[in-house]
Amino acid sequence: MTEIGLGHYVTVGAILFVLGVFGIFLNRKNVITILMAIELILLAVNVNLVAFSTAMSDLVGQVFAMFVLTVAAAEVAIGLAILVVFFRNRATIAVEDISSLKG
Amino acid sequence: MIIEAVTFYILATVAVFAGVMVVASRNPVHSVLFLVLAFINVAGLFILMGAEFLGLILVVVYVGAVAVLFMFVIMMLNLDFRELRRGFLKYAPLGAAVGIVLLAEILIVLGGWSIAPEGGQRFAAAPIPDGLTNTDALGRLLYTDYIYLFQAAGLILLVAMIGAIVLTHRSREGVRRQRISDQLRVRKEERVEVRKVPTGRGI
Repeated sequence: MTEIGLGHYVTVGAILFVLGVFGIFLNRKNVITILMAIELILLAVNVNLVAFSTAMSDLVGQVFAMFVLTVAAAEVAIGLAILVVFFRNRATIAVEDISSLKG
Repeated sequence: MIIEAVTFYILATVAVFAGVMVVASRNPVHSVLFLVLAFINVAGLFILMGAEFLGLILVVVYVGAVAVLFMFVIMMLNLDFRELRRGFLKYAPLGAAVGIVLLAEILIVLGGWSIAPEGGQRFAAAPIPDGLTNTDALGRLLYTDYIYLFQAAGLILLVAMIGAIVLTHRSREGVRRQRISDQLRVRKEERVEVRKVPTGRGI
């Protein structure tokens, strides 16, 4: 119990990942909360990458985690910009109303 | 050793609690604040694992930029969040089912998996060097072997920045702007006029 190893960190990562997936289903209407849940999932992925990186004493995992961080930041910026534009046009952010392309 | 364990359990517990609250919180502003809490605790876990640079980058990028961006958007959009909360629990069973299946799969994989005693060391592409700080080692790797990926990451950020500006920029009608070139082009004749004023009458 007092020896903290790879398994502990991977467990935390798994719990955070599942929480993020659960959040996507729970907040089916609110796009902002869905984006936050996606952030949680990416955070869990980063925890796994860094945990394996230190456990295998291989630095590439941390480099990759940094790239994941970069892409996550870009994704949030673009996602929120799209959200703002959509809100300007339709005055709503409910997921069910985003259906103009359905025909 | 015991201090490490206690620190890990505190950080992990708070991170998981914050994750639950991000998902389940009623108010999106509270969600963002709990997201910040989760990020800070996971940054603490990173530092505990020996990835100090990544932990601090996580705080800088997520807490400093992403969370503030979320906060701005929530404040900017005048939303009725109670309306968005309706039917909140309708999808909870489906989500719980998917989550439990995922968790079970992860646990099965973790349970049936074991690492070779020295396998990691032998196959490491870039072993963590001794006598260098984490930041130093990471920089040496990032600016040599991964320089093209690093440049590509910069390009992604540039495209994201330009894309966000292009998407949200709008030119509105009827806005009076200062046009410097017009102001500089003005000549004396357009602004100043000499009039002959008759005495006692005015213009």
